[in-house]
Amino acid sequence: MSKGTNMRSILFWTAVVAILVYMTLPAVVVVATSFNPTEVMAFPPSGFSLRWYEKALTYPDFQAAFKNSLIVMGMSSTLAMLLGSSFAYLIFHYNFRGRGLLEAALWSPLIVPHFTTGFGFLLLGSHLNLTQGFAVIVMAHLLLVTPFVTRAVFVSLSNVDPNYARAAANLGATPTRVMFKITVPLILPGMIGGWLIAAILSLTEFTASLYVTASRTQTLPVAMYNYIREYADPTISAISALLILSTTAIMIIANHFLGLRRILGIDNG
Amino acid sequence: MMHQKMTAITALEHSVEIKAVSKTFGAFHAVNNVSLPIRAGEFVTLLGPSGCGKTTLLNMVAGFIDPSAGAIHIGGVDVTNVPVHLRDTGMVFQSYALFPHMNVFDNVAFGLRQRKFSKSEVTRKVMQTIEMMKLSGMEGRRISQLSGGQQQRVALARAIAIQPKVLLLDEPLSALDKSLRAQMQVELIEMHRNTGLTTIFVTHDQGEALSLSDRIVVMNRGQIQQVAEPIDLYSNPANGFVASFIGEINALPAAIYQASDREISLAIGDIRMTAPRRPEWKFGSGEMVKAFVRPEHVRMATSADAGSNVVTGEVLTHIYQGSHTITRLRIDGLGPIEMRLPGGDVVGRVPVGMPAQIAFDLSQVILLADNPN
Repeated sequence: MSKGTNMRSILFWTAVVAILVYMTLPAVVVVATSFNPTEVMAFPPSGFSLRWYEKALTYPDFQAAFKNSLIVMGMSSTLAMLLGSSFAYLIFHYNFRGRGLLEAALWSPLIVPHFTTGFGFLLLGSHLNLTQGFAVIVMAHLLLVTPFVTRAVFVSLSNVDPNYARAAANLGATPTRVMFKITVPLILPGMIGGWLIAAILSLTEFTASLYVTASRTQTLPVAMYNYIREYADPTISAISALLILSTTAIMIIANHFLGLRRILGIDNG
Repeated sequence: MMHQKMTAITALEHSVEIKAVSKTFGAFHAVNNVSLPIRAGEFVTLLGPSGCGKTTLLNMVAGFIDPSAGAIHIGGVDVTNVPVHLRDTGMVFQSYALFPHMNVFDNVAFGLRQRKFSKSEVTRKVMQTIEMMKLSGMEGRRISQLSGGQQQRVALARAIAIQPKVLLLDEPLSALDKSLRAQMQVELIEMHRNTGLTTIFVTHDQGEALSLSDRIVVMNRGQIQQVAEPIDLYSNPANGFVASFIGEINALPAAIYQASDREISLAIGDIRMTAPRRPEWKFGSGEMVKAFVRPEHVRMATSADAGSNVVTGEVLTHIYQGSHTITRLRIDGLGPIEMRLPGGDVVGRVPVGMPAQIAFDLSQVILLADNPN
C-alpha cells in the first residue's frame, strides 16, 4: 500500500518536472547563452559576463524598435480593450440576428494564421499608402489581440450578478449611469486583465509584424530577427532575456492585482 | 420626532392596481389574467409554490418585465410603459444585490444621488435611514464585511431611503437562517409600521405570509387562487389548493347524504357525521365533496362526543414537537389522518399500534367541491 503510494508519487513528480523542463527549455537555453563572455553563442556558456546586455541596451536599432514596440503596444492594447469590451457587452447583453456570425468573426484571428493576417494588411496598407506608418501595424495587432480582451471581459460579465444592474435601475439610475457606475466598475478587473494580455501579445508578436513594419517602424521582435540575420553574437540572447523578463513582470503584476486564473476564466469563482 | 418622521413619509403612500395582467413566455402562461387592487399603505403578500408567477408579477410591477397584456397603475398613474428607472419602486432582491464595490453608505445613498439631492440632503437622509435600520456605525463597512442579517438590513435601507411609491420584497428572508428570519420578520413589521409604505412581499413560505401580511394573495399556475386576510385564508380557504397550501390539513373524500338549512350530514368512508352548515356551502344531498380537517381540529374522543362522530383509528406514530405532538393514525378505508395534540403529554398518549378513538371538531370542518386542482 505504502509502496504503491510512493511509486505513484514518484511518477507524479517526475511528470511535473518533465513538463516544467520541456515548457521552459528554449527560454533557459537562450538566457544561458546570453551570459557567454565570448562572441559565440555557446551552450552551455563558457563563463559569466553581462557585456551582451550592455550591448543590447545601447544598440540604437533595439532602442528605436523598443520605443516602436511600446507605441504599438500602448495603442493596440488600449484600442483592443475598448473594442473588445464593447463586443463582449454586445454579445453578452443582446440576442440579435448575426450574433453567432459576430462571435465567429471575433474568434477568426485565432484560426487565420498570423502570416495571412500580416500579408493581408501589407496588401491593404500598400493600397492605402500606409506602409510607412504605425497605423497599419496597430490595425494588425488590434485584430490579433481583440479576441483575448473580448474573452476576458465576457468572462467578467458572466460572473457579475445581473441583479446589480437591475437594482441600480430600480433605484433610478439611467441605462448610461448603470453602465458607468455599476457594470464598468464591476468588470474593470477583466478589462485591465484583457489589456495586459493584449499588451504581452502585442509586445511579442512577430509573424504579422514582419510584413507590416518598415525599417523606421520595426518593432522589437522584427529588429531582433533582422539582427540575427546579420550577426550571431549573444546580444540577441540578452535582448531575448530582457523581453522575457519584462513580459514576466507584466504577468506577475497582472496576477498579483487581478488574479490571472479569474481573468483567463480558468475558474469562474 | 418619530411621529413626525412617520407622518412625513406616510403622506407619500401610493396605491397599486394590477389590471388584467398576463405574461406569456412562448406557450407558457407565467401570469394569466391577474387583477389585484392594493390599497395605499397595505402590506400584501404574493404567496405560492415556485413557478406560480408571483415573482414574474413582482418584476412587472418593478418594470423589469413587460406584461404581454394588461396594465399596472401606481398611485393612480398608468406606469405600464414607464421604464424601470422612472417608476419609483424600491426593490429588495432575494440575493440582496448590494453593490460590492461600494460601502454601506454609498449603497444606501445610490438612489438618492440619482435623484439629484444636495450632498447634505443625501447625507441626512442616508443617516436617518441607517439609524432606522439599526446600522449606525457601519456606514464605512464594505458589503463583504457584513453578516447576512446586516446585508438584509442594508438592502432594505437602500430601498426605503428613496421613499419609493411601492416597496417590493422578493423573498428577502429566504437566505437567512431560521432564528434570524424570525427576528427580521419582526423588523419588517416595524419598518412597515414606521414608513407606512405600500409593500408587496413575495414568498413561498406560508408562515411568513401569515405573520406579516394585511392581505395574502395565493397564486398557482399564473392565477390568483384567493385574496384574503391571513385569518380568513386559514379558516376559509376558497379551494383545495389554498386549503392544502396554507398550513397542514387532512383532505378526506366525503359524500353528502343529507342536507338541511342548518346541518349537513356526510359520509367520510364508513364514518357518518353531521356538521353545522356554513352559508357558503351550496351543496345538496347526494353530492361528492372534499372534507378538509386541520390537525388541531382532530382530538381524542370523550364521553361527551356523540357516537356517530367518533372514529376509531390505529396509532401509527407520534411526532413530538415540544409545544405539541403530531399523531398519525390510520383509519380503515380513509388512510392516514394527522391530529395535533397540545403539549407533550406522553402519559396520555395511546401507544403506537393501539386503537384510539378520535373526534373531529365539526364546526371547523371545511367542505369544498370535489374538483381536481
